[in-house]
Amino acid sequence: MAMSSATAINPSGAKPKPFFAPGRVLIYTLLIVTSIYYLIPLYVMIITSLKDLDQIREGNIFIPTMQPSFDAWVKAWSQACTGLNCTGLAPGFWNSVFITIPSVIVSIAVASISGYSLANWPFKLAEWCFTILLVGSFIPYQVFLYPLVIITREMGIYSTLYAVIFVHTVFGLPILTLLFRNYFASLPEELFKAARVDGAGYWRIFFRILVPMSLPIFTVAVILQVTGIWNDFLFGVIYAGPTNYPMTVQLNNIVNSLQGVKEYNVEMAATILTGLVPLTIYFLSGKYFVRGIAAGAVKG
Amino acid sequence: MTNSISIKDLTLNFGAVSVLKNLNLGVAEGEFVVLLGPSGCGKSTLLNCLAGLLDISEGEVWIKNKNVTWAEPSERGIGMVFQSYALYPQMTVRGNLTFGLKIAKMPAAEIEKRVARAAEILQIGPLLDRKPGALSGGQRQRVAIGRALVRDVDVFLFDEPLSNLDAKLRSELRVEIKRLHERLKNTMVYVTHDQIEALTLADRIAVMRGGIIQQLAAPQEIYNRPANLFVAGFIGSPSMNFLHGATVDGGRAFQFGATKVDLAGYDGGAILDRGKAILGLRPEHLLIQTNAEPGHTIAASVEIDEPMGADSLVWLEAEGGTKMSVRVPVERRMARGTNVHLKVDVSKASIFDTGTEQRV
Amino acid sequence: MSEMKRPNRLFRNLTSKLAASPMIFIVLVVFIGSTMWTVASSFTNIKTLPIFTPREFYDAFVGFAQYERLWNTPRWITSITNLAIYGIFYSGFAFIIGFLLAVLMDQKIRAEGVFRTIYLYPFALSFIVTGKVWAWILNPAFGLEKTVRDMGWVTFSFDWLTNRDMSIYTVVIAGLWQGTGLVMALMLAGLRSIDDEIWRAARVDGIPKWRTYLQIVVPMMRPVMITIFVIVASGSVRVYDLVLALTQGGPGNSSQVPSMYIYEKLFVGALAQGTAASSVLLLATAVILIPWIVVEFGKKSRV
Repeated sequence: MAMSSATAINPSGAKPKPFFAPGRVLIYTLLIVTSIYYLIPLYVMIITSLKDLDQIREGNIFIPTMQPSFDAWVKAWSQACTGLNCTGLAPGFWNSVFITIPSVIVSIAVASISGYSLANWPFKLAEWCFTILLVGSFIPYQVFLYPLVIITREMGIYSTLYAVIFVHTVFGLPILTLLFRNYFASLPEELFKAARVDGAGYWRIFFRILVPMSLPIFTVAVILQVTGIWNDFLFGVIYAGPTNYPMTVQLNNIVNSLQGVKEYNVEMAATILTGLVPLTIYFLSGKYFVRGIAAGAVKG
Repeated sequence: MTNSISIKDLTLNFGAVSVLKNLNLGVAEGEFVVLLGPSGCGKSTLLNCLAGLLDISEGEVWIKNKNVTWAEPSERGIGMVFQSYALYPQMTVRGNLTFGLKIAKMPAAEIEKRVARAAEILQIGPLLDRKPGALSGGQRQRVAIGRALVRDVDVFLFDEPLSNLDAKLRSELRVEIKRLHERLKNTMVYVTHDQIEALTLADRIAVMRGGIIQQLAAPQEIYNRPANLFVAGFIGSPSMNFLHGATVDGGRAFQFGATKVDLAGYDGGAILDRGKAILGLRPEHLLIQTNAEPGHTIAASVEIDEPMGADSLVWLEAEGGTKMSVRVPVERRMARGTNVHLKVDVSKASIFDTGTEQRV
Repeated sequence: MSEMKRPNRLFRNLTSKLAASPMIFIVLVVFIGSTMWTVASSFTNIKTLPIFTPREFYDAFVGFAQYERLWNTPRWITSITNLAIYGIFYSGFAFIIGFLLAVLMDQKIRAEGVFRTIYLYPFALSFIVTGKVWAWILNPAFGLEKTVRDMGWVTFSFDWLTNRDMSIYTVVIAGLWQGTGLVMALMLAGLRSIDDEIWRAARVDGIPKWRTYLQIVVPMMRPVMITIFVIVASGSVRVYDLVLALTQGGPGNSSQVPSMYIYEKLFVGALAQGTAASSVLLLATAVILIPWIVVEFGKKSRV
C-alpha cells in the first residue's frame, strides 16, 4: 500500500505578492513624494491667483482661500500694466498667436522639405550643410543674436513679425530637419522606387505619398514647435518689435513694473494664463509630447 | 534579331568600390531572364540600373532600340514589381493601379480599360476598392504585378517578388508568374536568390557574383555544364561534390588519391594534363554499389543518412577525408560505417581547372 | 538610334536642390556667417555699428584687447562663476535625480503614465513662468521662509533669493524642477532599451536588483548617459530667461549669468565686448562638445 491515488495539486502561475510588500511601498512613497514636490508650484500658482491681496498678506502661501475669486485673473488679462500700457496680457496673447502659428507652419514646411531632400534626393552640398546644421545647433545662440539683427535688418524685416518667424525657423531647423530626415529615411525605399517608376516626381511623391503617411511625425513636430515658440522670450523681445511682444514678454514686464504694491495674485494669474496654452497641449497630447521631447532634447 | 534589352559595358562605382564591372547583357524580345546569385552579387543593383533608379558610372542601357541610359524610370517603357510589394498604403487598389496612368495624363476611358484588363488577368476584380492593408500577401503581390501590367509596357522587372511570401504561396505565385509570361509574352527580367525559381521560370539564367555575370545560359545548360566552380557549387541542392586531385594520362583519367577515374565520355573541352584539377559530381549522378569497378568507382564509407520524404541523402567519407553526398531512394537505409563504392557517370561530371576555376 | 549625353552634374536632381536651398542659405549665411562674424568682431573695437568688409576689420583690429578687458571685469567673472556653479549643480543633480526617478519608474509601476505626466509638465512651461513661480515660492516675506516660521521654527531662514551668495542656487532649484523630468524621460528610454534577457540572466545568477542596476545596467547605458549629459550640460550654458524671471540677475549682480552680460553689451553700445563674451561661451561649448564628437564619430569609423 504505497501510493495514494489522489493527484497532487501543483502550484501554477506567479507567486502572489502581497500588495503592500515593503519594497513596493518604498517605491511608491518616493514617487508620490517627488510628485508632490513637482505639483506644489502649480498648486501655489493656482491658489495664489484666487486670493485677494489681504488674504495673501495674512495668509500662508500653501493654504488656499475660502473665498476664491477670479478678480486677479480678469485684471491680469485686461487691466494689468506692462510698461506704459495697462491693457493686460490680452494683447500679448494675440501676439503670441500671431507669432506662433506662422512660425510653426514655416519652420515645419522648410524642415520637412529639407529632411525629405536629404532622405530621398540627396546631394553632397545638402549633406555637408546638414552636418554643419547639427553641429551648429549646439552653438550658444548668443553667437547669433547680433548677426541675426543685422541679417533681418538687411532683409528689411527687423522688428516685425516676419523677423521673429524667420528666427524661429532658423533655430528650429536643426532638430526638425533631423526628425523628418530620420523619419522619411525609415519609410520603405521600395515605395519611393515604385512611385518613380510610376512617373511621380519630387513634389508629387512628397505630397501624395509621403505626407499622408507621416501624420504622426508632423504631429510631434507641431507640438514641439508650438510649445517652444509659445514659451520663447528672448527672440520675441529682440526681433518682433514692441507692438508684437509675445505673452512671455508681457508677463515679465507686468511683474517688473513698480506700480505701487506688488500684486502677487495678479502675477500668479498672469503666470497661469501664459502657461495655459502649452500646458493644455501637453495634457492633451500625451505620448506625442514625450516623443517630441526626446527629439527636442537637443533644443533644450 | 534586335534585343529587347541591351546592356553594354555597364559599370557602377560607389566611390572606390566597383559594384558592377563592364557588364554586358542582351535580352531577346519575349525572353524571361533570371538574374541569380547570392546576396551582394549585384543582381538587384543591376536591375535598379536597368530601371533607371540608379545612375550608372559608365556604359549604356538600351531598351527597345532606344538609348535610355539617362532616361527617367517612367520613360523607359518598364514596369516593376518589388519584394515588399510597395503598394501605396492610403490608396485603394484601384488608386494604386491608376496612380501612374493619371500622372501620364491618360484619358479616363483608356485607364478604365487597362484596369479591367489587369483585373481580369490577375483575378483582382473584387479587390479594387480595398486598401492594401486589407489584403493578404498573395493578393498584394498580384496587385503589385497589376500595377506593372496597366502600364502596358514591353519589359517587366521583378525584384525578388516572392521572397516575402511563405513557401506554399511562393510556389503558387511562381506558377502564376510563369502562366502570365506565357500569356502575355512580354520580356521579363527577374531577380532572385532562389534556385528553384530560377530553374523553373527562366529561359536563360545569368548567374552573378561580385558584380560579374559568371554564366548566361539556359537552366539545364547551367545545371549540366556549369561554367565555373562557383556556378557549380551555387546551383543544385544539395550542392555538387568536389574531389580535389589531378588530371593524368594526357587527360584521360583523374587521379584522386589512390583512386583513378577513367574520363572517357566526358562532355566538355579537351582535358589534357593539367596537374591539379577538381572533379565535380552531383549527388544524383552517383550510384552506391557494393562492388568496386576500378576506373569507374570511388571507395567511401557511410557516415550518416538523411531521409527526406521521397529520397534520402547519404553522407559518406571518401579518401583523404573528403566528404561526399549521394542521393538514394528513401527505402535504402545505410548503416554507419558501411564501406561502399560510388559509381561515377562521367558524362554528367565536370572537371574544373584548379587555377582558373573554369570548367573544362 | 538616339545618342544620349550624360546630363550635366549641376542640373541633375534640380528640384531637390532648389527645394533644399532655404536650408542651405540658412546654414551658410546664418550659421557659418554669424559665427565667423562674431568671432572676427571680438578682435575689434566696434561699439554700436557692425562692420563687414575686410578693410574695416583690419582698421578696427585690436588683437586680444576685448578679451583682456572681459577678464578684468568683475561682473563677467561673477557671471562665469555663476555659470560654472549652475552648470555643475544643475547638470549633476538633474543627472542623478533623473536617473533615480527613471529607475523607480522602471519598476513596472501602475499609473506610470500619471507619474510621467506629473514629472514632465514643467518642461511644457516657459522659463519665465517657472522663474515667476519660484520667485514667489522662495520669497522670504511670503513664501517658504514665512510658512516654516509660522509653523513654529521661528529661526528658520531661507532668504537665498535676497542673499548675494546664494541667489544663484535658487536658479539651480528652479532649473532642476523644470528640467529633471526630461532627463528622467531620456534615461527611462535608455533603461527600457536594455534587453530583458539581461535582467533574467542576472536574476538566475542571484544578483540583487540594486546591484544589477549599478554594476551591469549603468555600464551598458554609458553611451546613452554620455549623450544625455552632453545635452544637459550644453543646454545649461544658455540659461537666460530663467535668471531674468527669477532674480533679474540680482540682488545687485550676484546671480548674473554670461548670457545676460552678453545681451547687455551687444545692445547697449559695446558690440565687440559682447562678441568677445559670446566667443568665450562658444569656446566653452566646444570644449564640452569636441571630445564627445571625437569619441562618437571615432567609434563609427572604426566599425
